[in-house]
Parts: sequence; structure tokens; C-alpha cells
Amino acid sequence: MSAVHGRELRIIGFLCNWCSYGGADTAGVSRFEQPTDLRVVRVPCSGRIDPLFIVRSFLNGADGVLVSGCHPGDCHYSEGNFYARRRLELLKRFLPVSGIDPERFKYTWVSASEGAKWQETVTDFTNHIHSLGPAPVLSTASTPEDWAKVAQAAANGKGCGCGCHKERA
Amino acid sequence: MSLDQLKRLIKAVLPDLDMVIGWEQGHDCLTASPVFIKTEEDIEKLQIGPLAVHNLATFLPGLKGKKVGVVVKGCDSRAAVQLLQEKLIDQADVTIFGFGCNGIISHAKLRKQFNGMGRASSMTQNGDTITIEHDGETTTLPFNDVCADKCLTCEHPNAVIHDHFAGERVERKPVTTENPALAEFEKLPLNERLDFWQEQMSRCIRCHACRNACPMCVCRDHCLATSREPNWIGQDTSPRENLMFQMTHTLHLAGRCVECGECERACPMDIPVFLLRKKMADEVKSLFDYDAGIVLDAKPPLMTFETNERNIKE
Repeated sequence: MSAVHGRELRIIGFLCNWCSYGGADTAGVSRFEQPTDLRVVRVPCSGRIDPLFIVRSFLNGADGVLVSGCHPGDCHYSEGNFYARRRLELLKRFLPVSGIDPERFKYTWVSASEGAKWQETVTDFTNHIHSLGPAPVLSTASTPEDWAKVAQAAANGKGCGCGCHKERA
Repeated sequence: MSLDQLKRLIKAVLPDLDMVIGWEQGHDCLTASPVFIKTEEDIEKLQIGPLAVHNLATFLPGLKGKKVGVVVKGCDSRAAVQLLQEKLIDQADVTIFGFGCNGIISHAKLRKQFNGMGRASSMTQNGDTITIEHDGETTTLPFNDVCADKCLTCEHPNAVIHDHFAGERVERKPVTTENPALAEFEKLPLNERLDFWQEQMSRCIRCHACRNACPMCVCRDHCLATSREPNWIGQDTSPRENLMFQMTHTLHLAGRCVECGECERACPMDIPVFLLRKKMADEVKSLFDYDAGIVLDAKPPLMTFETNERNIKE
């Protein structure tokens, strides 16, 4: 049962196998109550996460994306999360220009023993996403009407404003 | 005169090369086209100046294995540096002819100024102004009104890498520190930005010109955008998938983009795709204090890390 009332939102979580997934497991074994909006994807390491995973999630309609790995310095593969940190920070700063709210994206570090911290992280993030509401989405299909508009724009010189198009139109 | 000197330089080394890539007069007085110089007669076709808009370094990875000379502006030379740094081209095979660039024309801006530009009969640049004869009229405009946005913020008008340098070095200072188009775009509140891309991306015809014009897009037949397995980008040309393509391109350019603006110039639908690349390059600069394509043996910021990151607060 969800700890948050109202419509459930789609939040994608990318958790590293060694720390955060273990931390989520610890939270579960300890029977900490958590919101159920989060859908977990287990990855070998936070360094495995291509920032495009996150972009794809958002464009496919995710309302929030949470990434969690080992604390910097504690990576199972020594340095995976150091690379991840740079990529994720860069993505977070870049997202606003694409119209995606960076508040909907969070990356954090949770170790396998931090069940309570995991519960807190998930609860806070889920509450935050609920306060933001469902994410706006781009339209998914181009209709024949859309294409007529494109053709019209090109003919009017909006797309390609050179003289040749004008004369043809 | 740097053009004459450039021709002499090319003439001297042409026998040792398969070709030299430069610009020639295009189909009218407002365009130049790339020219592949293979014989001494071809050298006379060579042109440089405000119409030399193409980044010729884009051709280099495709000509790997041949002895190629290439004429570069300051911004193009950064692409050459980046390609060399990533070992996508071999320094022994490439001869770089640099010159000092005084800025290039933006054809998109010209079209806006003249509401189409098919009938111009001549164009001359005199220092800070540009004079165009069209439909029997003569118009003089400040060059900064019709030059590419990248020229307004240009910090490297002279080729940063070159085997031969023609003419004097140019003392051109940036007019502004912020890209005007990006500054204008960033005034939009977040919720309107998505609407902006919705509208822009609905015009995208997925011709991949932005990718093909990009000097850093070297995957060619192995591009993720056209792969079915994994199927990163759907085949439907909806705004969503079109934006996904742009985001893919931008993220693959993180820390590599040399800000030559070829993606946007190549776009037949005039979609301002450079906004995304520019923002990414700016963030790389502010986070890691790194400019791509300046130092040949620099370590790209996403290929390394610091245990305690200076600019990342957690």
C-alpha cells in the first residue's frame, strides 16, 4: 500500500547492485514502510548508467528519476561512481535547457547498510515528485495534420526561407 | 594578403598530398562551397573570407589513410585538435593550413534581413560593415548583425593548431561573453521550454544533416540513432523521438563539442539545435573548466575524475 495518497506516479530508480540495491533490500527486510511509486532498475554499478537512460526515461513519460550508487570512495569497482558523479552532475545542469525539470531528477549515494536512509530518500523524493505532479510530455506521434503543417511551413519559407521555395509555392 | 600567401603555401606542398580541402565560389555571390584541390590549377579557385562557413575538418575522418591538407578557421581548427586528440585522424597524414578569421556570415540571418536572398548580385565586407547589392538596391549592414552567433563569442579567431599559417594573426575580441540565442532562450520559464521544443521538433524531418555536418560524429554506419538493437530512438518522427535524437547527439558531444555550430547551420528546417550543444559546452566549461579542442594532449573531463570534486556539491 502506497504511503502517499492520490494517483501513483511513475518514478524510475537506477540502483547499483552493490550498495543502493542492497540498501533497498535492507529497508525491505527491516520492514520500513516506503512509497510504491518507485520502479527499480538494478545496474551493476552507477558507472554503468548512461545519462541517456535518464533522458529516455523522462521522454518515455517518467515523472521522476532517482539514481543511487555507492558513496564516492566505496565503489565495488573502485572508481565507477566517480565517473558517474561527473556525468550525472553534468546531466542535472543540462536538463533545464531541454525543458525537463531538473527537480525531477536526483542522484544520491546510499550504502547497503543504510536501510533507514534509503527509506528516507525514497519517501522524500516521492513526496517531492507528488508535489510537482505528473510531468508534462512531448507528443508521441506525428499525424498527417502535423506533416501538412511542416509542408506548409517549408512552403511559406519558415523552414527554409530561401527564394527558391517561395517561387515554387 | 593572406589568400595569396595561402595559395603559395598550398602550391608548395600539394605535390606531397592527395588533396587539399578549401572553399571556392559557390553558385552565387553569397555562397561558397567546399573545394577539393588536387591539381595546381584548382588552387586558383580557392577563396577565404566571410562566406567560408563550412567546417572542413568534418571531412577528415572519412578520408583517413589519405594524405590530406585542410584549410581551417579558428573554430574549425578546434575540431582538428579534438579529432587528433581522440586519434580519429593521424597527425602524419594531415596538413593543416590555418589563417586568421574575421567572422563568417550566417545565411539564416541574411535570409531574415532580406526576406529571401536569391537575387543578390554582389557582397563586400569593409571592416565592420557588409554591403550587399540586391534587386538594384544597395544595403550596408553592421557585420555583427549578420555574422554567425558563434563569431560574437569567438575567442579563437586564429587557428589553434596549424602546420602552415597564412597572413597575419587576427586581433578579434569577443563582442559578448554569452551566446545571444541561448541567453534569449534561457529567459523562457521551464514550462515554456518544453512547448518550444515541441514546436521546433515537430518541424524536424529527421534528415540527420546535423549529425552528418558534425565533425565529432564519426560513428557513421554504426550510429545509435539508426540502430534497431538496441532500439534507442523510435522510427516514428514524433517530437518526442526527434528530441531524443537531439539529446543523444548532445550527450555524445559532452566534453567533445568544439562549438562550431555546423549542426544548426546544416539544418534545412532552421531548428535552433545549437542551443542544446552550446548549453552543454557551457556547463562543461563551468563544471570542469575545460574547452574541447584547444590542447592536444588534454584529458577529457568525462574520462577522468577527482576524488574531491571542486565544483560538485553534494
